[in-house]
Amino acid sequence: MEILHYTDAHEEFRLRLRGFCEKEIIPFVDEWEENHIVPKQAWKRMGEEGFLCTAVSEAYGGPGKDFLYSVIVAEELARTNHTGLAAPLHSDIVVPYIESYGSEAIKKRYLPGCVSGDIVTAVAMTEPDAGSDLAAMTTTGVEDGDEVEINGSKTFITNGINADLVVVAAIDPTLENPHQAVSLYLVKDGTPGFERGRRLEKMGFHSQDTAELFFNKCRIPVENRLGEKNMGFVMLMEKLQQERLICAVMAQFAVELIVENVTAYLKTAKDAMGKPLSKYQATNFALVEMATQARIGRTFMEKLVAEHMEGRDVVMETCMAKYWHTDLTQTISNRALDLIGEEAAAERSQILRPWRDLRVLPIFAGTNEIMKMVVGRMLQL
Amino acid sequence: MEFTLTKPQKEIQKAIFEFCKGEFDKEFGLDCERNRTYPNKLLEKACDLGFIGIHYPEEYLGAGLGLFEHCLVAETLCRRDSTLGLALTLTASGAEFILRSGTGDQKDRYLQQIAEGRLFSAAALVDEGLGYDFRCLKTTAAQENGQWVIDGKKSLVLNGGTAGIYVVLCRTGTETEPQEKNLTLFLVEKEAKGLTCEDAGTRISCNMLTAADLTFNQVCVPDTSRIGDVGDGYRLLNRFLDECRVVLSAQAVGIALGAYDRALAYCRERVQFGKSIGQFQITAHKLADMARQIEYARALSQKAAWHFDNGMLDPGLAAMAKLTAAQGAVAVAYEAIQLHGGYGFMTEYEVEHFYRDAKFTELFCGAGNVQRDVIAASVYNKKRS
Repeated sequence: MEILHYTDAHEEFRLRLRGFCEKEIIPFVDEWEENHIVPKQAWKRMGEEGFLCTAVSEAYGGPGKDFLYSVIVAEELARTNHTGLAAPLHSDIVVPYIESYGSEAIKKRYLPGCVSGDIVTAVAMTEPDAGSDLAAMTTTGVEDGDEVEINGSKTFITNGINADLVVVAAIDPTLENPHQAVSLYLVKDGTPGFERGRRLEKMGFHSQDTAELFFNKCRIPVENRLGEKNMGFVMLMEKLQQERLICAVMAQFAVELIVENVTAYLKTAKDAMGKPLSKYQATNFALVEMATQARIGRTFMEKLVAEHMEGRDVVMETCMAKYWHTDLTQTISNRALDLIGEEAAAERSQILRPWRDLRVLPIFAGTNEIMKMVVGRMLQL
Repeated sequence: MEFTLTKPQKEIQKAIFEFCKGEFDKEFGLDCERNRTYPNKLLEKACDLGFIGIHYPEEYLGAGLGLFEHCLVAETLCRRDSTLGLALTLTASGAEFILRSGTGDQKDRYLQQIAEGRLFSAAALVDEGLGYDFRCLKTTAAQENGQWVIDGKKSLVLNGGTAGIYVVLCRTGTETEPQEKNLTLFLVEKEAKGLTCEDAGTRISCNMLTAADLTFNQVCVPDTSRIGDVGDGYRLLNRFLDECRVVLSAQAVGIALGAYDRALAYCRERVQFGKSIGQFQITAHKLADMARQIEYARALSQKAAWHFDNGMLDPGLAAMAKLTAAQGAVAVAYEAIQLHGGYGFMTEYEVEHFYRDAKFTELFCGAGNVQRDVIAASVYNKKRS
C-alpha cells in the first residue's frame, strides 16, 4: 500500500519539471557553481513554468496545490545535483510566512511575484551571535508611528544576494523577555539602510548565494510587519513543522540519489579480472545496508508527509526526521566516497559535490543538537 | 619502553611549531588553495630548515633521521594548517621509491633536488579505472633495442603536470603471470617524449598541488631508469605503500589535532544560552570522543613509524594505522564543523578544510576496503595478494 497518493496530475507535473530541469538547470549547474550564484532568470523561468509556490492560493496568483507538489519539486531539484536554486526554501519555508501572516494588501502586493519568480525571498533569523540561541538576537525593530526602524545584522542567509524580499526577525529592545519581543518584518530590496554583505565562501553550496545582511536605520512601513507585534516566536514555532519536514524530505532525496549513483558506479566499474566491484562482498553488503537505510528513511518521510498533509501535529516527529535524515546524508555520502575510493576525491566524479553540499544539512534550519533538545522537551524527559 | 618523544624529537616539534608560527598565514593558505598556486617560497624555507626529507641520508641534504621524525614533521605541519601541511609534505610523493630502492646514480640525480624543494616527484601507480588492483596492469613496458617502451594511462596522479620525475608502475611480464612477478618500476622524466599530462581538475583538497591523468604513448626510457629488478615491482610497490600509509596516518593525526585545537578554542569562546558551549555535556562529550580518537590514532601511527624504523613493519600495521587515523581525522573534523555550527561550513573558519583534508587521507593510497584487505591478509598470515 502506498503511503502517498500521487495522481496522474502529480505525475504529469513531475515529468514536466524533470524535462525542465534537464533542459534549463542541469546544463548550467557547473557554471552556477563557478559563479557562486544562480541567475535571477532561472528563478523567473521556474515561476513561469509554475514550479514555484505551488501551494499559494489562486486568490494570490498561485495554483493552490497540495504539499505533494512541493515534495515533487524537492525531489526533482535534488536530482540536479546543486543547491543554488533553493526553490523549497522560497516556496515552502519563506512564502508561507507571507501567506499566513501578511495583511491582505501585503499578500496582494507580493505573492503573485513570489509565484511568478519575479520576487525571490529569503528569511533572516540567524545572527553572528545568535545561532542556536535565537533569543539572543540583537537586531532591533522599533516601531515609530507608521514606520519601523530596523538595525542589526544577519548571517548565513540563503538566497541572500538574489533576494528581493526578506522576512527579518527583529526584537523590541524595550521588552524584557526576548521570547515575547520578536516581530517579523518584510524588507524589500532597495530599501535605504538595507545592505548585503559578503557572499560567504563555503565548503559546499557553491551555487547558493549565502550572504550576510545588514540593516542600518532601515525604515520600512509598519504594514510590512507580518502578524501581530511581538508574536514572532509563536509564528516561527507554527511554521517549524513544514520547515523541518522539507529539510527531511530534501535529505531523503539526496540519500536516494547518492545510493542510486554509487550503486550504478560500482556495478559498472570492474576490477582487473572483469568482476564488477559490486560483486565484492564488503561492497555488496555496504550497498545493501545503504539501500536499506534509504528505504527506512523513505517510509518515515512519507508517513510524515501524509500526516502533515492531514493537518496533524507532527512537530516532534519532524524534528526527529530533520536530525535523522540529515545525519543519514552524512553516513551515506561518506560511505559512497569510501566505496569509490580515490576517484571520488575529484570534482569530476560528481559524487564529491553532494558530499560537500550536504555537510550543512545537520547544521542549518536548527542544528541536529537543537532538534534533539526540542524532542527531549516534547518527550518530557 | 618509553611512550615519550626523545629530546631531539621534541626539539624538531618545537622548531616546526616556531616555523609555522612565523610562516603560516591563514589567508595565504586559503588563497593558494583557491587559486591553485603552490607556495614555493614556503617550501623553500621549510627545505632550508631541513624539514623536508628529514629522513633522507645526509649526503642528499637529509638529516639521516627515521620515518618517525618525518612523520613528526608531517603531523606538526598538518596540525597547524592541514592544507599547507599536506602541500609541503606531498611534493616528494613517490620519492621513497628512489630513496629505498633506487640505484646510487638515481639517488644522486634526484634526491638532493627533492630535499631542496627544486624538484617535485610523483607516483604514477594506479591505472585508469583499476584503482588499487594491480593484476593484469594495462600500462606496459616492453624492451626494445636496449630501451624500455612504456604505454598506458595513469589516473589522478598527484603532482602530475608539475613533477619533474614520475615513478611509473608497469607490467613487464605477461598478463597471465602473477602480479608478484610481472611488474616493474621505471623513472620517467617530465620531458620524456610521448608523455602527456592532462589536468584532472579540482579535487576534495590539496588543490595547491596538481593532479593529472597521464598518458604514456611509446615513452622510451633507458634501462638505467629502472628501479629495482625486472619483475620486482610488486614487492617494492607494497613496501612503498606501507611507508606511504604510515606517513598518511601521521598527516591524518595532525589534521585531527588541528581540527580539535580549533574546536576546543571555539567551544571555550562561543557563548549560547548564557554559557560557553563547552559547558554543555553533549559538547564536552564530543570533545572527549575527539580526544580519544586522536589518542589511539596517534599511538598506532607512532607505533607503525617506530616499527618501520626498526625494520619490523608489518603491512597490516601500516594499513591499520592509515585506516584508523584517517577515519579518526574524518570523525574529529566532522564534529569540529558541527561544534562551529554555521561557521563550521564557512571557509573562513578553517575546520571545513580540515574535514576535506581528512577525507583526502581516507581516500588517498587506498580507501577503507583496500586497507581492510591488507589487514585481513596480514592477520590471517597469508601471502598478500
